[in-house]
Amino acid sequence: MNITLNGNNKSIQEISSVLDLLKSLELTPETVVVELNTTIIQPDSYDTTNIAEDDWVEIIRFVGGG
Amino acid sequence: MLKVNEQTRQFQSGITIGELANKYKPAADLFILNGFPVAADAAVQDGDSCTLIQKDVIPTPDEIDSFLIARHTPGIQTKIKQSTIAILGLGGLGSAVAGAMAKIGIGKMLLSDYDVVEPSNLNRQHYFIDQIGMLKTDALKANLLRMNPSISLKIIRERLTESLLPGHFSNVDVLIECFDDPVMKAATLRSVLTEMKTVAYVGSSGMAGFGDNNKIHTKMERPGIYIVGDETSEARPGMGLMAPRVGIAAHHQANQALRIILGADKGRK
Repeated sequence: MNITLNGNNKSIQEISSVLDLLKSLELTPETVVVELNTTIIQPDSYDTTNIAEDDWVEIIRFVGGG
Repeated sequence: MLKVNEQTRQFQSGITIGELANKYKPAADLFILNGFPVAADAAVQDGDSCTLIQKDVIPTPDEIDSFLIARHTPGIQTKIKQSTIAILGLGGLGSAVAGAMAKIGIGKMLLSDYDVVEPSNLNRQHYFIDQIGMLKTDALKANLLRMNPSISLKIIRERLTESLLPGHFSNVDVLIECFDDPVMKAATLRSVLTEMKTVAYVGSSGMAGFGDNNKIHTKMERPGIYIVGDETSEARPGMGLMAPRVGIAAHHQANQALRIILGADKGRK
C-alpha cells in the first residue's frame, strides 16, 4: 500500500503497524517522534497503531549528542 | 555629540576625557577613547566614543541594562528582558546557549541538568577546571552571573522524564533542547507538541565531529518548532563532540530562540 512519509510517496507492506514501519526504516523507536495523520503517536502504542492506505506519516529522528 | 558610556552627550570644543569623567563618572580611573586606552588629558573630538571605567568595581544591574539598551536599542532590549527561556541539558550545547543568552540580557532562564562537571566535558563545555565535581547547574549559574548579574536564573537539578516536562516548562516562551540522550530529545519534542502548545521549541540533532560547518542548519519542522544540526552526525567512539562544531550548533539554537523572541520567526503564541 502507499503512504506519504515525510512528504514523499512510499510503498509499504500491507497491515503494517507504526513499529513495523520504524523497523523497516531501521530507526530506533525510542529516538523518533511519529505523527500519523496529524496525531502524535505515543511510543507505547507503536505496535498497536496500524497504518492504512493513503495515511500521512511524519517521522522526526534524533541522533545523540549535545 | 559624544557617546559617553553608551549615552549620547553634548560635545564641547576643547574638552578632555578627564573632564568628561569629572562630569559623568568621577570615580573612573581608566579612559577609553574610540576603543583605545588614553590618558586623562586626551582631547575629545565631536563624534567620539568615550568609555569611562572604574577598575575592580562591578557595574550595577541598572548600569548593565543601560549598556545593553544602548547596544541593542530599547525596543529590542525590552523584548529580550521580558522573555523567559528554558535550557534542557547543560553540556556542550546548553552551556554555550546559556552564555549567549546571558550576554544579551535575557530576562529569565530555567536551567536544567542533574549531572556534575567531569574532566571529559571540558573539551567543549563552558566550565572551568576548578569546577570539576560541581553540579553543572550550580557551576553554570556562577559563570553566567559573572557574565551578567542582572539576569534571573532558576535551576532544576532533578533528572527529567517526559511526564515531568510540562510541569516545569509550560510557561516559558522558548524551550531549547540541549540533551545528549536521543531518547530524551524525542521525548521533549513529543511533550512540546502534545502538552505545551504555546511553547516555542528549538531542538538539536547531529553536531558531533568536525564535519562541514555548513551542514549544520536550522530546519523549521512547523511554525514555532525548529531543529538545529546536520541530522546525522551522532556522537560515538571516533566521532566525539568537540567545542567548535557543537558551538556552531549551539549558536544556531541561541539565534533561533532570539529570532522567536523578537518576532522575526514564528513562535507558538
